[in-house]
Amino acid sequence: MERIFIGIGLVLVLMVGSAVAEQFKAGSLVVENPWARETPKGATVGGGYLEIKNTGSAPDRLIGGSVTAAKRFQVHNMTMENGVAKMREVTGGLEIKPGETIKFAPGSSHVMFVDLTQPLRAGDKVHGTLRFEHAGTIDIEYSVLGMGASGPASDSHAVH
Amino acid sequence: MGILRVIRIAAIASIAALVTTVGISLLLMPSAKQQVEPAPIGGPFALVDQDGNKVTDKDFAGKPSVIFFGYTSCPDVCPTTLLNLSNWLKAIGPDAEKLNVLFISVDPERDTPAHLKEYLSSFDPRIRGLTGTDDQVAAVAKAYRVYYKRIPGEDGGYTMDHSSAIYLMDRAGQFVAPLASQTDERIALERLRKLAAS
Repeated sequence: MERIFIGIGLVLVLMVGSAVAEQFKAGSLVVENPWARETPKGATVGGGYLEIKNTGSAPDRLIGGSVTAAKRFQVHNMTMENGVAKMREVTGGLEIKPGETIKFAPGSSHVMFVDLTQPLRAGDKVHGTLRFEHAGTIDIEYSVLGMGASGPASDSHAVH
Repeated sequence: MGILRVIRIAAIASIAALVTTVGISLLLMPSAKQQVEPAPIGGPFALVDQDGNKVTDKDFAGKPSVIFFGYTSCPDVCPTTLLNLSNWLKAIGPDAEKLNVLFISVDPERDTPAHLKEYLSSFDPRIRGLTGTDDQVAAVAKAYRVYYKRIPGEDGGYTMDHSSAIYLMDRAGQFVAPLASQTDERIALERLRKLAAS
């Protein structure tokens, strides 16, 4: 009897584990856990977050992307200077050095979905692409989490 | 020339020099009033709420206010702050009714009353959205010393830089303190309860 519970427990852990460790690879780049927040009603923009690791020995550059949920895709930095929130679009590409992991997270860099063609709702999966100078175009999928989510790990205990 | 005349000339010259020095010092030195008082935050405003009603600061007098300046085309800071405010208002229970909670747009071109109403329907209904003409928004931003600036994008769109603090005002419309939107919940609740009770 006990073994059945352990078995079920293991399966559940594996299911949850795999749900929060989404990886998309191209060449020596690994894109981990792309996720986005549910958008408020009527919102015209959305924010996406992810990690990009360069496991290779040569630098690469994120030069663009797309998302099915919006007309335009942009990469933005965000800083808080003297209490003023400032976003700046990254133009000219974002370099990822060999061995480096770039982290996009709330409060700092994010990808921005501009002119949404559909709202983002928690539980949705949204397709997109990332374009790199050397690794080319990777197809990825964003998991839409709650409006206040701070990342897939924090949301993994939520029952959908 | 007599000694008396020399003394008289010297006296006049000294007095002239003294008056000039004091005069220049007074002009160069900031006035005592400016040195002692920081610029006040708050003041009268005339805006439009999400139902299209004209409102002024007088409509909110008598209750303390919690004011956040932002815009709806903001992917991170603004929805996060509005969500935090919503959670905090629910957590303080009946004290929430003792507060005015206002979201004032710094992007009136896109944030029309109807759009604000739709956007805010995702948050606590006690949060009221205010917008207006460019001049009205400029006037309230100036009164509250809120920095905001349009940043054009590559493709014709734009984002807004903006002050991101939440302003706590007392029932007489006087500034109490800023509240950072990422303040720890326990501290935020304490400060909101204290404001509600003031």
